[in-house]
Amino acid sequence: MKQKLRIGCGAGFSGDRLEPALILTEKGNLDYLVLECLAERTIALAQKRKKQNPETGFDILLERRIEGLLPLLLKHDTRLISNMGAANPMAGAKKILEIARSKGLKVKVAVVLGDDVASFVSGGEPSLEGNKALESYGPIISANAYLGVSSILPALATDAQIILTGRVADPSLFLAPMIHEFGWKEDDFDLLGKGTVLGHLLECAGQITGGYFADPLSKPIPDMHILGHPFVDVFSDGTGLISKVEGTGGAITLQTVKEQLLYEVIDPSNYYTPDVIADFTSVGFEQVGKDLVKVTGGGGKSKPEQLKVSVGYHAGFLGEGEISYGGAHALERAELAGEIIRKRIGTLFEKLRVDFIGMNSLHGDELSKNSNPYEVRLRVAGISREENLARLIGEEVEALYTNGPAGGGGARKSIQEVIGVISTLLEREKIELGIQIFES
Amino acid sequence: MSRKLAEIAHSRAGDKGNTLILSLIPFDPADFDFLMEKVTTEKVKEHLVHQIHGEVVRYVLPDLKAIQFTCFNALGGGVTTSLAMDSHGKSLSYALLEMEV
Repeated sequence: MKQKLRIGCGAGFSGDRLEPALILTEKGNLDYLVLECLAERTIALAQKRKKQNPETGFDILLERRIEGLLPLLLKHDTRLISNMGAANPMAGAKKILEIARSKGLKVKVAVVLGDDVASFVSGGEPSLEGNKALESYGPIISANAYLGVSSILPALATDAQIILTGRVADPSLFLAPMIHEFGWKEDDFDLLGKGTVLGHLLECAGQITGGYFADPLSKPIPDMHILGHPFVDVFSDGTGLISKVEGTGGAITLQTVKEQLLYEVIDPSNYYTPDVIADFTSVGFEQVGKDLVKVTGGGGKSKPEQLKVSVGYHAGFLGEGEISYGGAHALERAELAGEIIRKRIGTLFEKLRVDFIGMNSLHGDELSKNSNPYEVRLRVAGISREENLARLIGEEVEALYTNGPAGGGGARKSIQEVIGVISTLLEREKIELGIQIFES
Repeated sequence: MSRKLAEIAHSRAGDKGNTLILSLIPFDPADFDFLMEKVTTEKVKEHLVHQIHGEVVRYVLPDLKAIQFTCFNALGGGVTTSLAMDSHGKSLSYALLEMEV
């Protein structure tokens, strides 16, 4: 059994930058690289692509990421764990083999199966958000259960260099190799809680090294343009040392780790994953070197009886239109434009939102009431079940050029399908876990 | 003397569905007790009255000198179907930091 393990996180969302993962793999001396690329809505979008073409449905950046990473992973004997499989990990694995063959490389990929539970969801189940039947929200597109470490461990037990999953709880991507390497028991909730803390700290990649943190006045961070992504040295007792590759930009400080610890956590004393209900309130941080923070404490108790299922549904179409006003009476002219739009099409939508960008679009009227910007951008947005109605919003905003206030410029319009996400709970026994091995 | 929270603390916003999560961490740990006294759940709800339409719960991590506000019904119905430009509410940490204390 190992006493120490190094895990890096090279992507914290589907659209994350490619370069930091390459640097981590080349210079980080990693045992494992994790790429977390699957937001709640991403999988529903992937499910739609898969329906149109069964060879797709995995992460759209998978090809580009693997192209660059594969030779480095093999050279440094680093295993990759990623949820880039999205709605179709089998097709993703085939794509990886195709890339390997084109480079003359041998690789083994283990695919984790079982998260797609669409066939178990009838639509009559209550949503966690509103306690209404799932189907009452709109036509259901996808249903994926958040799997935990028990889905990944069988894949780690093989000699596959790449483990590709669909929907798995983000911290489980990190916790699984800890359990695998240290032989932690799956009911040792104290250790599982500690490992979950480390996984949670790393899962957003650059958000712990200065990304989503930097403020040039109050929280300056050096060399943001070459922001490095983090790695953690995990010890068999569950403590960790968080750091990054020397020479990369960013910083790891008590401030950056504190912000990330609480990020997206509803209740810090009860953080639910499929593996454990973790306690973040007993976590301790210590700055032990430059860009080096020691993590101790944390823990956990039991694990949830049921698994959370994320359900994507058609929620209609979002129509948007924007146009700008500058100089004298900019705000007043933008306000007149908004009023005109409301009178023209306001009654056609359940809710039509009018924002003045530069003024109140982010924080609302109260906090912005005393500001008087030089230029203002009107934004109108609404959702409709009918595509043509949604399109009308942008058309009406654009028509303000010749049918609205003076000096409106730079109109833009857009329309996009809206996929809503709700959740429900499912009994663990209903999930059929499995792995499949692909080899080039 | 009144000053903005931004002068003494930092914050990060996170989202879960229609729930907004705001951390509040003093730059100087010595200001922790002052923040605990001034930034109550009532004050947060009042300050972000147009944003938060549900309950606000405050969690405290005394060892880390960090505070967290979990704000329900606060993201325009939910990240995926919100009409807001910043549907995740990622910019709202700086709305909290506008509070005068």
